Amino acid sequence: MENVTSTAAGAERLRLARVLGPAHVWALGVGIVLVGEYMGWNFSVGKGGMIAGLMACWVAGLLYTCVAMIDSEVTSTVAAAGGQYAQAKHIVGPLMAFNVGLFLVMAYTMLEAANAITVGFLLDTVAGMQGQAGLNQQPFIVLSIMFLAWLNYRGVLATLTFNLVITAIAFIAIIALFVSVQLGASAVPLDFSAITSDPLPYGWVGIVASLHFGLWYYLGIEGTCQAAEEVRSPARSLPYGTMAGIMTLLIAATMTWYICSGLIPWEYLGQAGTPLFDAARITGNTGLMVLLFVGTAFATLASANGCINDASRAWFSMSRDRYLPSWFGAVHPVYRTPYRAIVFLVPIALIFALGAPLDQVVTFSILSGLLGYTFMTFNMVMFRNKWPLDKIKRGYVHPFHPLPTIVLLILCSTAYFAVFLGYGTQLSAMMCFYIVASLWFHFRRYKFVRRGDQFTMPWPKPNGY
Amino acid sequence: MWNILEYAAWALSALFGLLMIADLVRIDTTYDNELLISSREGEIEATAERHEI
Repeated sequence: MENVTSTAAGAERLRLARVLGPAHVWALGVGIVLVGEYMGWNFSVGKGGMIAGLMACWVAGLLYTCVAMIDSEVTSTVAAAGGQYAQAKHIVGPLMAFNVGLFLVMAYTMLEAANAITVGFLLDTVAGMQGQAGLNQQPFIVLSIMFLAWLNYRGVLATLTFNLVITAIAFIAIIALFVSVQLGASAVPLDFSAITSDPLPYGWVGIVASLHFGLWYYLGIEGTCQAAEEVRSPARSLPYGTMAGIMTLLIAATMTWYICSGLIPWEYLGQAGTPLFDAARITGNTGLMVLLFVGTAFATLASANGCINDASRAWFSMSRDRYLPSWFGAVHPVYRTPYRAIVFLVPIALIFALGAPLDQVVTFSILSGLLGYTFMTFNMVMFRNKWPLDKIKRGYVHPFHPLPTIVLLILCSTAYFAVFLGYGTQLSAMMCFYIVASLWFHFRRYKFVRRGDQFTMPWPKPNGY
Repeated sequence: MWNILEYAAWALSALFGLLMIADLVRIDTTYDNELLISSREGEIEATAERHEI
């Protein structure tokens, strides 16, 4: 069987397929995130006005540039499915790894649910424009999750090639809108007068509050490293795809803010469901309107698709190490995907997509992501201390260490405060959930873990051990 | 038209779900579970990437 490798001991083992290149890594990272340009980020404008929206865009951009640099260095060395979970396991310890694995599964599953809800909302909008008010969104929400789960089940190459195509179209749609408006295709001129007439409607605290939704521009770019075990050359492809991804997003985010803030009054922009699509409608150009509708739909599907890929890899990796029941750590012998993990996470995504409000789902996703970024700060410091640059080879070495780590920690702290201002109860509930889960893992689950088997990297002993 | 699309969406959802479940059952009954869960994390490192200076 060609999908099976033989080990030195003679036993046959299945493994995930190593078929991806840097473009797929880019498609995974940007695909998950680009939906944030099409929806969600604009609530930052509602929290603090136009200037606050722009500052949130760039401050969050700085936060995620630090995330991308740090992640690129560590993941180019710890090239295993599970991404940050595998990093935590090797660098910090099992309890941290269990928590990081849960952060990943929760963040991506919630984001997948949010995307499915958005597909339903988008089709409801179109049906409303055609005179069919009150569309039943549920079948379309369910279909988007089931179709993408089936695609993921069938193989990673087809899944991420599909993502590459639809993500590229969604990105080109943003550029096309920007260029068209610059060339005068819009019936309504760009208007930035609110910057001077109403610069900070809620004062400086509005800027801090807006940071919460500014994260939405880039949330999920760290998902690139979940593909580590399926790329042909992890040490090269992962940093290349991740850094290209964050550059793409910085460009797309700034263009998005510029076009939407110039075309839509900030009071309306701060509440819009699909800001880029709304901006295209305001231009009065039918071609742009169709293009941005397609871009919104594709960005949403690409994000849900990438989230299924990443959540299943994290769940699979934890199960493979017996942090969760090992039954979920199975690889499909033909498609070479973590098929049981993919199927298991489908009903969980459906429950959140059909039963929870969008803002709650988004907030839980953001909080889980933030916890993961906070972990990255001390993970990076420990990695450099235990294995300095002259001890093991990296595929990428990020510059100015420890400055990006310090900046990331400061920005994470600010973002926690911003989330607390609007969603303090959810923040507390989420922390309680992770504490209870940690107690369960420590007292009930860790005894099943094969302790010697989980540390797989052929690294020298760390400094101090 | 939208009513028909709603029914079509339900039908397609059921189809994709059934395809996955049927294949999962087929694989689980055809192959030994020890083989299916035999994947190990470090095999890429052992074969392709060496972290040595």
